[in-house]
Amino acid sequence: MKNFNYKNLGKNALFVNLAAVFVLFIVLFALVATGILSRYLTSILILILVMIIMSTSLNIATGFLGQLHLGHAAFMGIGAYTASLLGILLRDAIASDILLFIISTIGAMVLAGIAGLLIGWPALRLKGDYLGIMTLGFGEIVKTIITNMKGLTNGAQGLYGIPKIMNFPTAFWTTVFVVTLIFLFMNSRHGRAILSIREDEIASESVGINISRYKLLGFVIASMFAAVGGSIFAFNIGFIAPQSFNFLRSVEIFVIVVLGGMGSLTGSIVASIVLVSLPELLREFSSYRYLLYSSLLVTMMLFRPQGLMGTKEFNLQKLLPKRFTEDDDLYDSKGSDS
Amino acid sequence: MAILEVQNLGISFGGLRAVDNFEISIEENELVGLIGPNGAGKTTIFNLLTGVYTPTDGSIYLNGKNTVGKKPSEIVMLGSGRTFQNIRLFKNMTVLDNIKIAYHNRMHYGLFGSILKTKKYHSDEARAYDVAMDLLKVFDLDMYKSELAKNLPYGKQRKLEIARALATDPSILLLDEPAAGMNPQETEELMETIKLLKSRFKISILLIEHDMKLVMGICERIVVIDYGRIIAKGSPKDIRKNPDVIKAYLGE
Repeated sequence: MKNFNYKNLGKNALFVNLAAVFVLFIVLFALVATGILSRYLTSILILILVMIIMSTSLNIATGFLGQLHLGHAAFMGIGAYTASLLGILLRDAIASDILLFIISTIGAMVLAGIAGLLIGWPALRLKGDYLGIMTLGFGEIVKTIITNMKGLTNGAQGLYGIPKIMNFPTAFWTTVFVVTLIFLFMNSRHGRAILSIREDEIASESVGINISRYKLLGFVIASMFAAVGGSIFAFNIGFIAPQSFNFLRSVEIFVIVVLGGMGSLTGSIVASIVLVSLPELLREFSSYRYLLYSSLLVTMMLFRPQGLMGTKEFNLQKLLPKRFTEDDDLYDSKGSDS
Repeated sequence: MAILEVQNLGISFGGLRAVDNFEISIEENELVGLIGPNGAGKTTIFNLLTGVYTPTDGSIYLNGKNTVGKKPSEIVMLGSGRTFQNIRLFKNMTVLDNIKIAYHNRMHYGLFGSILKTKKYHSDEARAYDVAMDLLKVFDLDMYKSELAKNLPYGKQRKLEIARALATDPSILLLDEPAAGMNPQETEELMETIKLLKSRFKISILLIEHDMKLVMGICERIVVIDYGRIIAKGSPKDIRKNPDVIKAYLGE
C-alpha cells in the first residue's frame, strides 16, 4: 500500500497532472471568453484562485511546519498594497500588462518576505497558542499602519485607481506556478526538514536539522507567496481597503487550510473552491446561507477532523491503468528487486 | 585520542546540583554503560553532551572539538548521534523518509536545486536513497520502507531510531534506555543489534540502561552515578561487587 505523500513523482505523473491542468484551463478559458461565465462569476473564479494561493502558502507554515499562524492576511495586505502602489507608479512606464503585473508582484514578494523575516525571527521562538496570539496581533498592527499611512495608502477609505490588469489566464497560470513551486519545494530535503519539525522538534534537532533556520525559511516563503495572492486580488478589483486584510480574512484562510487538511496542498485547493463558491451558491437562501455554511464547518470537523484530505495528496495518476504508473518512485530501481 | 573527553562537567538548576564533577573518556569503538538509580542524572548528562542543556561548568570535547555552547544541530555535525528514552520518531512519515531526514546535512543542493530539480538534486537524492536502504537492510527494516513509522511494532521502532541516529554518520552513539519497555526476546534482539553496531560501524557507544542483564552482558566499562556524582567505575565484574553500587541500588 502506498501510504505517503511527498514521494518523488515519476515523469508520467507530472505529465498526467500537467495535462489535466491544461485541459481545465482550456475549458474554463472557453467559458470565460465566450461570456458563458458572467463578469461577476469570472471575478468569483479569480477570487477562488487567490484563495488557493493564500491557503496553499499558509499550509507551508501551518500544515507542514505545524505553527499556528493567524496573521496571514497581513502579508496578503502588504503584498496587495505594495503591488498596487508599484502598479500605479509604473503603469505609464511599462506598456505590457503582464510585465507590469510581474514586476509589481516581485516587489510585493520582496517586501512581504522582509516583513516575514522581521516578524518571524522573534515570533517563532514561541509555540502553539502563544505564537497564534502574536501573529494575530501582528496582523492588526499591519492593518493599523496601513490605515494610518494616509499619504501613501489613502487610509481607511481605501486605495483607488489601481490598474485593473488582471485577467483569467494570468491569474490561472500564476496560481499553477505558485502551487507547483510549493509542491517542488516540499518535495525536497528542505521540505522534509520542515515536515520533520512538525513531527518532532527535538528529534529533528537531534539529527542535525537547524530548526530555527527552517522555521524562519518556511515562514518567509509562506509570506512571499501570500503577497502574490494579494497582488492578484488588488489588480483584479482595482480597489483595496485595509478592511479586506483584517483578522476575519486570516481566519477564513485558516479555516480553508484546516478543512482541506493540514499538510495537503490538494486539500487546500479543493477547500478553497468549496468555501469560496459555497456562499455564492447559497445566495438564494439569503440570510440563512451563513447558517448553512457554519453548520457545514461544524459537521465537517465532527466527522472528519483531519480535514478533507488529511495529509494525503490527490494524484490523477492513481486513476490510470497500472502500466502508466510503473516509474512511480524514481530511486526505487536498485532497492525493490533485491 | 579519545572520541569523547568530558571533564569536571556540572549543571545546576537553581539550587539543585543535578550533575556534579562528572568525567568520562571514551575511546574509539568502545562500549561504555552509564547506570544509576532513577533520578541520578543520567539523562541530564545525555542532554548536556548533546547540547540540549548548556553546562554550568566543565568541558566537553567531541573528536577534539569543544562542544560547550553549541546548538544541538551543530553538535550532531561534529559526530554524535542519539536516541531517546521515549522513542521520538517522525511518526507520520515513512520509514525511508525518517532516515533521509537524518541524511539532510550531507545533501548539498539548495533551494533552487529543489525547485529546478537539477542534476545535483537527483544525484544527492539517489545517494540518500541508497544509503538509507543500506542502513535499513542492516536492521532488517527494508521491507517496511513505505510504512509509516508509527505503524511499526515497538522493537522495530527502536531499531529505526538507532538507524536514524546512524544516518548522521556519528563517531559516538548515545543510547538512552534502548531496552525500556521491551520483552526479554526483544531485549535479546537489541543486544545483537548493539553488538552489530560495534563490529560493523566501528563506532563508540555510551549506553544508559536499567536492564542489568543487557548492561553486564555487553558493556566493556561501566560508570555508576548517584545524585549527580560518579560513585563507581570499572569493568562489569568489579561493579557487580562494589559495595557503594549495591548501597545505591538497594539501600543499607
